[in-house]
Amino acid sequence: MDHPVIEAQNLTKQYGNFTAVKDLNLIVSAGEVFGLLGPNGAGKTTTILMLLGLTEPTRGQVRVLGLDPTRYPLSVKARVGYLPDQVGFYDDLTARENLSYIARLNGLSGKELNLRVEEALEHVHLRRVADQRVGTFSRGMRQRLGLADVLLKRPQLIIMDEPTQGLDPELAREFLGLIHSLKQEGITILLSSHLLHQVQEVCDRVGLFHRGQMVLEGTVPDLAQKVLGGAYVIGVHAEGSPEELQNALRMVSQVRAVHSVASDRYQVEAQSDVRAEIAQAVVQAGGRLFGLTIQHQNLEEIYRRYFEEAKDAQAA
Amino acid sequence: MLKLLDSWRRPTEREGSPWIGLGAVLFKEMADHLTGARMRILELLIVITAVGTVYTALQNLNRNNSEFLYLRLFTTAQDPLPSFVGFLGFLVPLIAIALAFDAVNSEFNRRTLSRILAQPVYRDAFLFGKFLSCLLTLAIVFAAIWLLIFGLGIVSLGVPPTAEETGRALLFLIATVFYGGIWISLALLFSILFRSPATAALAAIAVWLFFTVFWNIVAGLLLPVFAPQQVTNLLDLIAVWELQLALERISPIRLFAEIAVILLRPAERSLGIILPIQLDRALLGAPLPLDQSLLLIWPHLTSLIAATFLLFAVGYVIFQRQEIRA
Repeated sequence: MDHPVIEAQNLTKQYGNFTAVKDLNLIVSAGEVFGLLGPNGAGKTTTILMLLGLTEPTRGQVRVLGLDPTRYPLSVKARVGYLPDQVGFYDDLTARENLSYIARLNGLSGKELNLRVEEALEHVHLRRVADQRVGTFSRGMRQRLGLADVLLKRPQLIIMDEPTQGLDPELAREFLGLIHSLKQEGITILLSSHLLHQVQEVCDRVGLFHRGQMVLEGTVPDLAQKVLGGAYVIGVHAEGSPEELQNALRMVSQVRAVHSVASDRYQVEAQSDVRAEIAQAVVQAGGRLFGLTIQHQNLEEIYRRYFEEAKDAQAA
Repeated sequence: MLKLLDSWRRPTEREGSPWIGLGAVLFKEMADHLTGARMRILELLIVITAVGTVYTALQNLNRNNSEFLYLRLFTTAQDPLPSFVGFLGFLVPLIAIALAFDAVNSEFNRRTLSRILAQPVYRDAFLFGKFLSCLLTLAIVFAAIWLLIFGLGIVSLGVPPTAEETGRALLFLIATVFYGGIWISLALLFSILFRSPATAALAAIAVWLFFTVFWNIVAGLLLPVFAPQQVTNLLDLIAVWELQLALERISPIRLFAEIAVILLRPAERSLGIILPIQLDRALLGAPLPLDQSLLLIWPHLTSLIAATFLLFAVGYVIFQRQEIRA
């Protein structure tokens, strides 16, 4: 397939005077896992609804699998699975009955329907409870059933809105594992979340939303490069004269900044992993080195830093 | 306004048929209706009503007059208890509202709506499936009651119904279902407008109560507004009388009552006033043939069906424009 799975150009949605999404440009290629990140109300859900053709854009263009979702809603919806935030089911029906209904809406019937339903239930490990009423299901089981519901149509693209919200860490990890396995099968996935550390693990690329605009976009290391200046943050635990130690640390090549965190702890920002050089420098400066830790690039840190800067820029 | 123009300019053709998925929605909704506890209660209510009223009708039936015995099963009343038809006048709206008041908003509240609409079906199929399932459920329930009444009649009267009786009862069944249709599309409309099912139910019941209790009073108040101030001759009097009738017929309850009278009492020959000249050489008390009775209530039937479709159309337009997000 040559065209990207999702392509949005200057996508804008206004509700009256309120601009929910502004001039969004987005390209997601086949097989990618893309994360839409940002606080609640930043425009993630609106973007998703526009991609699905559930809401009409005010301006701009969308192509999903090469089709315009407002012009070809049926073709798009037949190929794209959507897992809404807080997915709902008919509580008085069983899991299997719920799935069968959706399968029928997708034009399946007879043997094929049963096959697909079993397949989907198997995929999310719910076969054991398939004939229980969904009303008895826990939050995690419902979320998995939601995923089964999406898998029924064997989608080329799955869009998930806050898939891990309301799940405890264990369940969230399990669910992210499922997402990862879908990626292995070559399904393109777009997901939105405000829980950055969870999403970081599964996303190939992320887009950061802020007040309806996608302000940053790229792989996590890319963003770290952009926002944190490509910094490796190294924590140093050493005793000795603070001034001497700080000077020695600054002399190490590729080190950009040194902050004193506590009386015997320092934080070093460097362009590469210079732990060995730092160890040498501390010893040469007559310090007693107790520990060196490298902090991994963290989406949360990127996010916090970026918006701190944005706020500062606004205040100035 | 600009948005409206914009939507005109866009190509109007859309992909695929709006009926895709209608069968699936209809099937699921019918299953829900027919197995739900709500339905059990309504069925019980209506079976008790039917058996009770038909039993008293059988006790009071004048068996010497063998004409239209079966139709009189529907219409014979004994004083504290109204006839079956009298009960239908308010049972049908109640059942229709009970079936449809939470059709759309419950899906919204259960958060199943966005999941359904993410499937390759149009909103048309979803809404029409909901409406049709309510109407079919109503039709099934009333067809069963009709057969029950006829069965009771055959057992206790010992004579089979005539073709004319069967035809009239069948037409009345169709009219009853469409009378229910009005209240279904009204309740459906409110279930689209109001997010809370309780509010929707209350609004629908309020409309029903308004037409049952207050409409005649309102019509009486409106009459002097539209009627000529001074009534000097007979023609004026007739005009006022007809106006009053027209105002009263805005209420579907009134329309249904008139349909019932004409269909089930073949001897009734007019719904308005009859002038003495019109009675010249008429055979008083002789029943009208079915086609003549049908002619009398044809406008009523078409108005019932038209009102059903109109209310559905309003709901449809609102539903199409509604945002789906919570």
